[in-house]
Amino acid sequence: MTATRAEVCVVACAEAWRGDGAILASPMGVIPSLGARLARLTFEPGLLLTDGEAYLVDAAGEIEGWMPYREVFTMLAAGRRHVMMGAAQIDRHGNQNISAIGDWKRPKAQLLGVRGAPGNTVNHPVSYWVPKHSPRVFTPRVDMVSGVGYDRGARELRVVVTNLAVLDFRTPERVMRLRSVHPGVEVDEVVAATGFPLAVPGEVPVTRAPTAAELGLIRSRLDPAGTRERELA
Amino acid sequence: MTPDEIAGELRDGMTIGIGGWGSRRKPMALIRAILRSPLKNLTVVSYAGPDVGLLVASGQAKRVVTGFASLDSIALEPHFRRARQAGTVELTELDEGMLHWGLLAAAHRLPFLPIRAGLGSGVLDVNPELRTVRSPYGDPFGLGEELVAVPALKLDAALVHLNRADAAGNAQYLGPDPYFDDLFCLAAERAYVSAERIVPRLAGPPQSMLLNRAMVHGVACTPNGAHFTSCVPDYPRDEAFQARYARAAADAAAWETFLDTYLAGDEATYQEAVHQEAIR
Repeated sequence: MTATRAEVCVVACAEAWRGDGAILASPMGVIPSLGARLARLTFEPGLLLTDGEAYLVDAAGEIEGWMPYREVFTMLAAGRRHVMMGAAQIDRHGNQNISAIGDWKRPKAQLLGVRGAPGNTVNHPVSYWVPKHSPRVFTPRVDMVSGVGYDRGARELRVVVTNLAVLDFRTPERVMRLRSVHPGVEVDEVVAATGFPLAVPGEVPVTRAPTAAELGLIRSRLDPAGTRERELA
Repeated sequence: MTPDEIAGELRDGMTIGIGGWGSRRKPMALIRAILRSPLKNLTVVSYAGPDVGLLVASGQAKRVVTGFASLDSIALEPHFRRARQAGTVELTELDEGMLHWGLLAAAHRLPFLPIRAGLGSGVLDVNPELRTVRSPYGDPFGLGEELVAVPALKLDAALVHLNRADAAGNAQYLGPDPYFDDLFCLAAERAYVSAERIVPRLAGPPQSMLLNRAMVHGVACTPNGAHFTSCVPDYPRDEAFQARYARAAADAAAWETFLDTYLAGDEATYQEAVHQEAIR
């Protein structure tokens, strides 16, 4: 079986939570959600997942507990959470913007608002999911710092998963580095789609392909309707 | 009380907290009563959804205090988005945990509460009045940790919608999340509750009895009063209606038609128009 790009991304997102144990996994977006559920079903069975409202659920969606917003805030402050958020803009230090594009006082485009991104990034591990890797998203500077980067006190920025690659901050200055390219993607393609100088190691590995067991779970159990493909379309 | 009587207790320039979250269990019948009133220059504190959208569209909200504005199933609140881009509404943008902490501080009569959220972020840049404090307790390296001092978010009034209430103001949520409705009430000088049903006595799990009558100054019976936001288990969000709201909000002429169709009359007229639309 050959995995689609979306399926490679699901597994790359799942890998973000490897080793986290019994913490609250909060994925935002279809592919991160599938990734978190896949991780829970396979190598990270301790993860806590929510239904998007106030219930804790297992990978099949069965209720196992209660997590209203006020408890999410407590888990967050305690550091017992790892969220994968989106980013309208992100810079090489990992500063992220989901608030507004342009001058904040009168933005060109009002987006969601900072939501909990400031608190998330100073309290617990944070990863990002960018379904369309482009210089518009990977910008030299962001217009409104929502999630803070390493130069502004981030606790732990784990990975940035995109439609092209996996990136992290494992450089001496903790700036963004190309960690792996997805099968079929060239390093130059990722560099060209990034609007700031990206740290590129001499040898760039290829993102691991899903196993046959993982593909089976994604296709027949977690996402039989194939919603993952639409997020990359 | 009726929703219009509750709106009649509010004054121009007040800071009003609104319960619920996004497009979930919002006191929409009370918001519609404000839309019918001449109230103006309001500061609205909310985990914002169409409550904020409507008060921004009507020009009655001068300032919004929030961390986001969303319709949940539709990511961005269209009126809020448009008003921000037109520069017609002022914004105090806070991390959503800071908003929680500000309400908790006000509820406890504290001037502020310390939090890590906000440190290093644009929230401190766009709100220059925010201050940090240093912990008076040393850490192993000697210096106390620097934290954001979230000021108490004192409210003149709070508006919340619950599933059940009694006439005295004891009130109960039956859905999965209390949101922050109790804190909105405790942070306010006066708190008003609308409820799907007024019952002689609350029944069910004691943990669901979120509000007691000491926290509440007025109760209104508003069946379907959270419409079009969700009020589970009584009803889910009216997604078709919300989509119509969002489409209308994108166009000035369509919005005039929407106002004429649904919001030109009283609450009973609104509910009848919604009912007619549903059976069409």
